[in-house]
Amino acid sequence: MSDTAPRYPYRPRADQRAPRPAQHPVIIVGAGPVGLALAIDLVLRGIPAVVLDEDDTVSVGSRSICWAKRTLEIYDRLGCAEPMMARGVTWNRGNVFHGDRLLYEFNLLPEEGHRFPAFINLQQNLAEEIFVARAETLAGDGLDLRWKNRVTNVVPADDHVRVDIDTPDGPYALRCDYLVAADGVRSTVRRVLGLDFKGRVFEDRFLISDVKMRAEFPPERRFWFDPTFHGGRSALLHRQADDVWRIDLQLGADADPELELQSERVVARLRRMLGPKIAFEVAWSSLYTFQCRRLERFRHGRVFFAGDAAHQVSPFGARGGNGGVQDADNLAWKLALVLKGAAPERLLDSYDAERIPAADENILHSTRATDFMTPKTAASAAFRDAALSLAERYPFARGFVNSGRLSRPATLDASPLNTPERDAFTPVLRPGSPAADAPIRTPQGGETSWLLRELRNGFTALCFGDDGAAASVGALANGPVPVAVKRIGPGALADPSGRAAQRYDARPGTLYLIRPDQHVAGRWRRPDADQIRSALERALALQE
Amino acid sequence: MATLRTESNIEDPDAFYSELIELHRGLTEEQSRLVNAKLILLLANQVGDMTVLRQVLAIARESLG
Repeated sequence: MSDTAPRYPYRPRADQRAPRPAQHPVIIVGAGPVGLALAIDLVLRGIPAVVLDEDDTVSVGSRSICWAKRTLEIYDRLGCAEPMMARGVTWNRGNVFHGDRLLYEFNLLPEEGHRFPAFINLQQNLAEEIFVARAETLAGDGLDLRWKNRVTNVVPADDHVRVDIDTPDGPYALRCDYLVAADGVRSTVRRVLGLDFKGRVFEDRFLISDVKMRAEFPPERRFWFDPTFHGGRSALLHRQADDVWRIDLQLGADADPELELQSERVVARLRRMLGPKIAFEVAWSSLYTFQCRRLERFRHGRVFFAGDAAHQVSPFGARGGNGGVQDADNLAWKLALVLKGAAPERLLDSYDAERIPAADENILHSTRATDFMTPKTAASAAFRDAALSLAERYPFARGFVNSGRLSRPATLDASPLNTPERDAFTPVLRPGSPAADAPIRTPQGGETSWLLRELRNGFTALCFGDDGAAASVGALANGPVPVAVKRIGPGALADPSGRAAQRYDARPGTLYLIRPDQHVAGRWRRPDADQIRSALERALALQE
Repeated sequence: MATLRTESNIEDPDAFYSELIELHRGLTEEQSRLVNAKLILLLANQVGDMTVLRQVLAIARESLG
């Protein structure tokens, strides 16, 4: 793959010859999926962003492959979802095997009426090419992507952060209001600030390979416990774009990395798995151990950590890449409003209040899955075997079998930005939840669209019923942080399938205040203008 | 809140106990461990209530530190 990877040219900037470090509102370190999502989001919100990357190409080797429905919804807001859908492999189903027997299959998106599937698989390097292409279209709007710019030091101060950078033309320095470290697991920013991860390290080694082959397996996630081709361990097979397949093989704690990466040995293992007939080529393989851990805090004054730079999980559950993009989604609107002076600086504290519990949820699921797959004691091995041997015939036991709980968006339950609800609703879309999608029809021409497409980059009052519900938004529609009114009802958006009303547990008069990151800030059965204003102020951290 | 029964609830405890012991006859240590694990998962699912299950877990570990 690396032979076909694009090269992005290093281009010197005027900043490098400036007598004093040039000042920028936001500098992002790392042009991976998280850094680029954040940069695109900021620029769409009118905040210029400088992205520094030490390399001049996309990531190399097997990294994230599964992009979850919520992530695709975020990418759609950023203008990247369509090329990803076109390039990626769509899947909703997973299969779990024990030995060579199918225990059960599961469908991750059992109901109709969602624009995006539960997951697509698209190898991270190809996803990054799409983000870079999108970022380049925003160059004229202030997205300044600087390749071969390696951060060597970060010096936080009270009113700015200084960043020292090395380039092919030598070193220079920049200053920014806010620095975001999206520079991955081996984050330079984390290292120079002397910050450490806390959490667990797992000893089992896994062989991870990307294999190029033409195979007739369906686009499903297949997971084996104790398959005969890899006795006593676990295996994962997953299709990516362009006939590339991801294979994870558990090797155990005492596997010898040097021995296990010898190509004959890798090929022999894969041959046992894939059978004698399939021609395949190993594009890339590596040996991993997994960590489930995070920084104690993600905000350090004017420096923020996002994605793998802030937290690490095992790959079973696709919670690394997806969790990281949700960090970016959470941070972008807050930075934009604070930089515009529309919200106080303390709004930025809610990044920790919201994303640390989300990271903990990902770490918890990832830890549990890894514990199930790699039992450490005779007792835990017995429970695992018991669950597996019961699961084929007795459905209850499938609930215990854990081959990875696949990424779900965090509900920001404990967020200080939520307005606690007093009206009676089903709990599904409670404050803190990401808004649900549903098919809708626009009033002009009756075109079919999607509800989330109507929720663009600002605050939205989503109301149901006649004009009375919308009227309570009143002057907030033209306030300093405007609230867009979207109404589902007569003369406005239509809900032909009834799914919007059902998912939002809506009745005439129901109103949801939805944040710029499409999370629910508050909801009411029939609010007055004061309730909506108060919830908006709360979501902007304007209330003490 | 649901509470764990700690009074006898099986009509013929002796009969159940001997069938439980009988279940393990002729099994290796490892097989017995697997059978016990299956029993626990089946019974836990029958109980269902997490507050009761937590009481069970706590009692099972009593005096073992």
